[in-house]
Amino acid sequence: MIWNRKHLLDIQSLSAEEILLVLDTARGFKAVGERAIKTVPALRGKTVVNLFIEPSTRTRISFELAAQRLTADVINFTAEASSLKKGETLKDTARNLEALNADIIIIRHSATGAPHFLSRFLNASVVNAGDGAHEHPTQALLDLFTIREKKGRIEGLNVTILGDILYSRVARSNIWALLKLGAKVTLCGPSTLVPRAFESLGCRITHDVREAIESADIINLLRIQHERQRKTMFPSTGEYASLFGLNRARLGLTKPDVLIMHPGPINRGVEIDSSVADCNRSVILEQVTNGLAVRMAVLFLVNGGKGPQEVHAS
Amino acid sequence: MAHEIAERNPASANVVLVGIQRGGVHLARRLSTLLKDVWGHDVTVGALDVNMHRDDLNHRVPPQIHPTSIPFDVTEKNVILVDDVLFSGRTTRAAMDALNDFGRPRAIQLAVLVDRGHRELPIKADFVGKNVPTSLQERINVALQEEDGEDAVHLERQ
Repeated sequence: MIWNRKHLLDIQSLSAEEILLVLDTARGFKAVGERAIKTVPALRGKTVVNLFIEPSTRTRISFELAAQRLTADVINFTAEASSLKKGETLKDTARNLEALNADIIIIRHSATGAPHFLSRFLNASVVNAGDGAHEHPTQALLDLFTIREKKGRIEGLNVTILGDILYSRVARSNIWALLKLGAKVTLCGPSTLVPRAFESLGCRITHDVREAIESADIINLLRIQHERQRKTMFPSTGEYASLFGLNRARLGLTKPDVLIMHPGPINRGVEIDSSVADCNRSVILEQVTNGLAVRMAVLFLVNGGKGPQEVHAS
Repeated sequence: MAHEIAERNPASANVVLVGIQRGGVHLARRLSTLLKDVWGHDVTVGALDVNMHRDDLNHRVPPQIHPTSIPFDVTEKNVILVDDVLFSGRTTRAAMDALNDFGRPRAIQLAVLVDRGHRELPIKADFVGKNVPTSLQERINVALQEEDGEDAVHLERQ
């Protein structure tokens, strides 16, 4: 398998083999993070720009540290402190960054397709760090990395995604990735947040949390995206917690070796109970560690040149 | 080669073998078995992937990353780097850089199964299985039992 993509824009257009290549590559980079010296010179002299038009802490920090561990120079660009506030367009902002010889531009934007748009006119590589409710590819890749590391495989596993599916880019990227690798995906949540349309992708849909979690090997919990909802999609967070929140009692219904995942930030007492978030089946913090390795792998891969795979080895 | 390594390294307890992924790792394991017969004690083996330290990452599609596993401290050790083919010397340079991140060895020696010439860097092997003069139009493929089901060195014209 050879990687020859300049950008990472979404999961939907990746093949199963390409996804596995990222996961394999990430394994090597995870080991780098466990050494005394945690940097490698793979991106030495390169400039990576974090172009975050929408607020984010964990993804930005993860990408920033990933780039630093590859010895790249990193610029952080946030909408609040930028000329976007002064009326500059996204296109002009990106072109200005490229004029500073940026090699990789990592973009988070509230509009679907913003990374694809940039990739059409930039010479730099573009990495999607979340575009609207569309995709968040590196989150899906780190979720799959975590599942594969813990379960040894992805094919044939029952994965339940529980929560706000409608407004979640994490859900979309995960659904694409999981289905491509042969997992069975169940979506669960209030009917207003889990539209039937997702069945056409090949997912099973249920609004009964018991049914959704009983046979699950993985439960991936999603936060309610209040910031994206234009109207109230359910009566109250209290009711959401009692109907769909993962608590001790519901955990008792699951397989004993179920993995509890969450992309963060978690809302304790809403979608997840404190005792569940901190229990030994929760891999939420390992997801954060793996996210760093996966993002190093992605930056390493999109930075690659063209040409033969082996330029006279040894 | 194992006997040459033993002769050159009287302080046998201080020797560790580090194979360069992929072929070098299998060869390092074989050398370890042979050296155990000579020295009468185990010789530790590590595996090193040098791809993150390559100097040609801008000019090629991204290389596949294989696991690096150096489960011991290399500081003050005599590290013997093991590779299947020595050619330009660039892999060896990358390996020495990578090894530096794990500590400061007392010495690094280089053992290769085949030296095919055409060095692009001032690097020379300490232990060579066979010198095979080649032209740049030729390729050397080392097949190993562990990977390919046979032990063979193929010289191919492109």
